[in-house]
Amino acid sequence: MEAIAFYIFAILITGLFLVTVFSRNILYSMSSLAAGMVLISGLFFIIRADFLGAVQLVVYSGAIMALYAFGMMFFDATRDVKEKNTSKYLVFLLSGFSAVALVVIFSAPAIGKHIEVEPIAKGLGHLDNVHAIGAVLFTKYLIPFEVAAVMLLVAMIAGIVLASKRMDESLSEVYVGTDPETEKKEQK
Amino acid sequence: MTDLTTQYLILSAILFSIGLAGVLRRKNLLMLFFATEIMLNATNVAFAAISVHLGDLSGQMFALFIIAVAASEVAVGLGLLILIYKKYGTLDLDNLSIMKG
Repeated sequence: MEAIAFYIFAILITGLFLVTVFSRNILYSMSSLAAGMVLISGLFFIIRADFLGAVQLVVYSGAIMALYAFGMMFFDATRDVKEKNTSKYLVFLLSGFSAVALVVIFSAPAIGKHIEVEPIAKGLGHLDNVHAIGAVLFTKYLIPFEVAAVMLLVAMIAGIVLASKRMDESLSEVYVGTDPETEKKEQK
Repeated sequence: MTDLTTQYLILSAILFSIGLAGVLRRKNLLMLFFATEIMLNATNVAFAAISVHLGDLSGQMFALFIIAVAASEVAVGLGLLILIYKKYGTLDLDNLSIMKG
């Protein structure tokens, strides 16, 4: 039964990803990529990796494909990239504080008293997949989990700063640019 | 439950090859991103299959972190793509090559 489901999923995924790679139209390739992601979560469900399948559904076919869809909408605006220079001391101060804060954040749970690293693989046989993953993720892989959380935060901030031109302009107080709208405002 | 690990690994290799062919063949930057996602998914399938086969959850943990890395990569990469598109007006790699040799 699982073999039949696997072969159906495998053929569909291979076909969809071939369409993704060799299609001329970006919209077609993005749609087939999203469909392939959904079917790959089916592969995870077949081998009882339930949590991974759910994460695949939520993150890949939910978040990442929505990001691609939104990103494609941005590809109409055509303006030059402008850079702004900030104070070097401010950058050094902020990065120093950030480094200290990161070290404190990541080392705080590792020196806590209630985290036991040892009993990972033993005694997890009676749990189902989601419970076992929770038990492993918050003991053995706690620090990578936190690093991944901070990395996602940094990526979110980087995406906002890179993609939104308005916010970038409002952050710099003294701004002399070649943006046509600001030039109109300056002329008035 | 029949053991499907070999079939999973073969499928993972096929999907990775598809992604690699896409990276080598396509010239649009957005399509390169799609091909990279395919390759990451192929490695995820292999990780999950080996993890279930060995009864060790570390493989699924790795797949989970790969998904997190892919999400942040997409966020930053799409921001960069938008900037490149705003600056050059295209995402085609042939038009973006500025080093004339």
